[in-house]
This record gives sequence, structure tokens and C-alpha cells, in this order.
Amino acid sequence: MSLLDLLNQDFARNALLAGAIVAVVSAVVGYFVVLRAQAFAAHALSHIGFAGATGAALLHLDALVGMFALTLLAAAGMGSLGARIRGRDVEIGMVLSLALGLGVLFLSLYTNSASETVGVLFGSILSVTPRAVQITLITGAGILIGLGIIWRPLLFASIDPEVARARGVPVRALGVVFLLLLALAVAQAIQVVGVLLLFALLVAPAATAAQLVRRPFATVGLAIALSLAWTWGGLLLAFTSRWPVSFAIAALAGCAYFAAGGIRRWRVPRRYHAPPHPTREYP
Amino acid sequence: MFEPFQYAFLQNALLAGSAVAVVAAVVGYFLILRGLTFAGHALGHIGFAGAAGAVLLQVDPLYGLLAFTLTAAVGIGLLGQEIRERDITIGIIMMLMLGLGLLFLSLYAGYAERAYSILFGTILGISQHDVLVTGLFSLLTLGVLGGLWRPLLFSSVDPEVAKARGVPVRRLRVLFLVLVAITVSVAVQVVGILLIFTLLVGPPATAVRLARTPGRALGLAVTLGLAYTWLGILLAANSPWPASFFIAALSFGVYLPVRLLALGWARRRPAPPALGVKVESEHPVGS
Repeated sequence: MSLLDLLNQDFARNALLAGAIVAVVSAVVGYFVVLRAQAFAAHALSHIGFAGATGAALLHLDALVGMFALTLLAAAGMGSLGARIRGRDVEIGMVLSLALGLGVLFLSLYTNSASETVGVLFGSILSVTPRAVQITLITGAGILIGLGIIWRPLLFASIDPEVARARGVPVRALGVVFLLLLALAVAQAIQVVGVLLLFALLVAPAATAAQLVRRPFATVGLAIALSLAWTWGGLLLAFTSRWPVSFAIAALAGCAYFAAGGIRRWRVPRRYHAPPHPTREYP
Repeated sequence: MFEPFQYAFLQNALLAGSAVAVVAAVVGYFLILRGLTFAGHALGHIGFAGAAGAVLLQVDPLYGLLAFTLTAAVGIGLLGQEIRERDITIGIIMMLMLGLGLLFLSLYAGYAERAYSILFGTILGISQHDVLVTGLFSLLTLGVLGGLWRPLLFSSVDPEVAKARGVPVRRLRVLFLVLVAITVSVAVQVVGILLIFTLLVGPPATAVRLARTPGRALGLAVTLGLAYTWLGILLAANSPWPASFFIAALSFGVYLPVRLLALGWARRRPAPPALGVKVESEHPVGS
């Protein structure tokens, strides 16, 4: 079957469409994730979402609903903890492991198939249903609209929280709202790349763009372009070879990130690198 | 009641599990002290690619794990303090490694089963040869740690003063990460990659909140680690689930109340002394 024939198949079209929506949304949300140094939050939400999805399936509820519900709940919790969550490597690591363990436990109770487990962990875009595409479209639109409303104060609060607070920007509330939007974006992205490769769509394109361009709009634009390129490129690679889709996407995204780092260092010779803002420390 | 212990597979599992539990607890204690728990997490993911590559080359996964984790450990150690600020870089490296592991496994015929067993551990299927290898590596690691205990503790708690006193801080850092790599590699057999944190960090994290001195914290960590591992293996022997589930559940189940209620010594005090002088609640542990 030639590539054109393949692209006429329903599953391929659904995959490309869902992939495109998730790519765009992830890139935009990812820009703020990188700016706010909240990659660890995305990581944590993905693991918790996994437990939500599998737990829901076990209770004979819709897995997508379970995933969205639990990630939103977790995001609200993280938001309420506020800055206290920084520096808590041990606690976060334990919660991540617990969520992952629970998720797999639920999954193994629900199905005896090892390949389904691997599917949820590494993505299953090639089996996305039309209904899932619809849900992805609706949530994607919702996330983008939400970000469209708060982007100015959010940008301000992310770059300089103290000054923003002094100017009356509701920094803390914005933080919570952003985490909720992040939760939705994470749940979306998991369908394409799975839990373990989330960074490929949510963090890598934005981080790559941030290394090459400075201005916010240019960065977001570049991130969207890259994200689409990796998603479709990855899908095409998967269609024409034996490579798993999420691997192809992850490989493109990861290599590009390091290539961008190389480009950045070549353009701007290594000089004193100011230490990151105190609130930006890991994790 | 002692009938189950006659089965060879169970004896092997308990022996290997015990060795791993002890080493993991000790190494994990220093990981917490040095603020490097994320490195334990990262090395696990990086090891996954190695294990999968080894499976593809029809070699024992342990050697793939060791090759990749040792390389990464040396790299992280040499990069020094910078690494803490590069959480996105590390995250992307981890992601690439997981993707690579996925690729390797997908090229191998029985891939889902193999992926599952690397991700979640196969302690109940461990062979006598593997028990021996695990035991040897554990002894080696513990031996080195025992010999370096004092300078390592010194450089973990106060690296600047240690350096001023002539302690080879940088070499210790690389050596310590090498030991972490070895520990992660053998521990993956017991708990798999995904739940490695619960055996590596869980017991010591619980112990440091309950014990007053480093020595007692270590002792408690080892005891807890052994308890979780033994219980986990015995429970798993009678159920279809991997031991790692039970170990993780026990580890978290005990950690959570201790952490939330600030039980024992750490009640309402800013810094448990077993952690040294760092004030954990104000800023990250480790330097």
C-alpha cells in the first residue's frame, strides 16, 4: 500500500488531525511551562493522569473522563500548595511513583494485556477514535481560548512575579488557573505520545524555540511550527517504517532540542551565564 | 508456614531482593542528603534504553543497564552543580532514552512482555546466576561505601569545608554517582524502572524523619527496605502482580503518614539532624 493510500485510511487521518491539534495546544501551553520552570508539574500531572485513566477504566467509566478529572484535581491541589512545592524532590518523586504504580495496577486489573499497558505508557495515536478527536478539538479550543484571555497577566506574572503582584496582578490565582489548563493539555498530549514521552510535545518544542528566539510571539510561533513538524513527521516516519510513532516524535523533538542548543552556543559564544531567578530552581 | 521457603525461586528472589534492599537504602540515604534524588530517577530511565538495547542484542539486560547508567553517571558527575538547574535538559534526555528503549524493544519480537518486565521488575523469575551477580555487585558497592563513609558524609553535608580540608569532593561526587548507577542497575531487577524511586528513596526518606543520627537513620532505612522487599516478594508469590507493586505500596504507605504527621523526631522542628545542617523546609536539601 503506497503512502497516499495509507493517508486515505481513516485511522491515519484521525491520527494526523488529533496529532495536529495536540501539537498546537502543547506548544502554546509548553511555552509557559518552560517560562515558569514548571516542567516537573507537567511530569507529575502526566503520571497522575495515567492513574486516573486506568482507574476510570477499571470502574467501567470513560478513561478520558477519568484522566481529565484526576489531572484537574491534582492541578488544583498543586496550585493550592503554591510555592511550597518547590524543592520537594523527594515528595514529588514519591507521589509520581505512587501514581505510576497505581496506574499500572489498575491497568493490570482491567486487562491482562502487556501491550495495552505499553500502549498507555507510550501513546496510542494510531488507534484514536473519531470521538476522541472531537473531544481533543473541543478541549484544545477551550485551552487556547483560556490562554488567550489570561496571556498578558500570565506573562507578566511568569516573568516577574513580585513586580506583578505589586501591580495588582493576581499572581497566585493565575498560577492555579494555569495549572488547570496545563492539566487539560497534559491529558490531551498523553493520547499522542503517552505518559512517559510527554516532554516530546509539551516541553521540547517550546524549549527548543526558546533557545533560538527571544520575543514571546516569535517563540510561541516557532514552537507551534516545530511541534507540528515533529508530530506529523513522526507519524509519517511511523507510517513508512517499523518505528513506533511516539519514538519517532520523541526522537525528532529531542534531537532538535540539542541541535538548537548547539546553534545557540555557536551564535552566542559561551560567556557568563547568570544564575536563574531564585524561584526557578529545580524542581 | 515455612513451606514456601523451600521453593528455589523464592529463595533466589529473597536473597537477591535482600542484597538490593540493603544497598538501595544506603545509597538512597546519601542521594537524599546530597539532593540528587532526581539523578536516581534519571539513571533509571537512562538504564531502560540500555536494558532494551541489551535485550535486542540478546545479552543480559543487566549489562546494558550498567553500560548506560555508568556512562551517564560519570557524565552527570563531571557536569557538576550545573545539573540542578538543567531540569529541562535532563527531562529531555530521559525522554530520549525512554523513546530509544521503546524503539529497541519494538524491534524485538516479544516486546511488550519484555518492556513490561524491565519496567516493573522480574524478581520472582531471577536465576541463581543473577543472584550471585547481584550479590557481588551489592557487596562491592557496600564495601566502597563503607570505606568512604566519613569523607562522603562530610562532603555531602558541607562540601566547601570538606574541600578546604582536603577531601576530594569532585572525585567523590563522580564515584558516588557510579555507585548509584550500579545500585540502580541491580535494583531494576527487583522493582523495575518505573518504581525504582520507592525502593531507592522511600525507606531512607522515611528513616531520616524518624531517626536522630545518621547512623540510626541508615539502620532504620535498611530495616525498612528489607521489610518492604521481603513482604513484597512473599505477597507477590501468591498473586499475579509483580513484587514491585507491593513494595511500592508499602514504601509509600509508610512514608505518607510519617511525612504528613511529622511523626517521631521531626515533629514541628525545622531540620531533622539526620539530614545534617540543611534546613529542609526552607530550601532544597543538598548543595
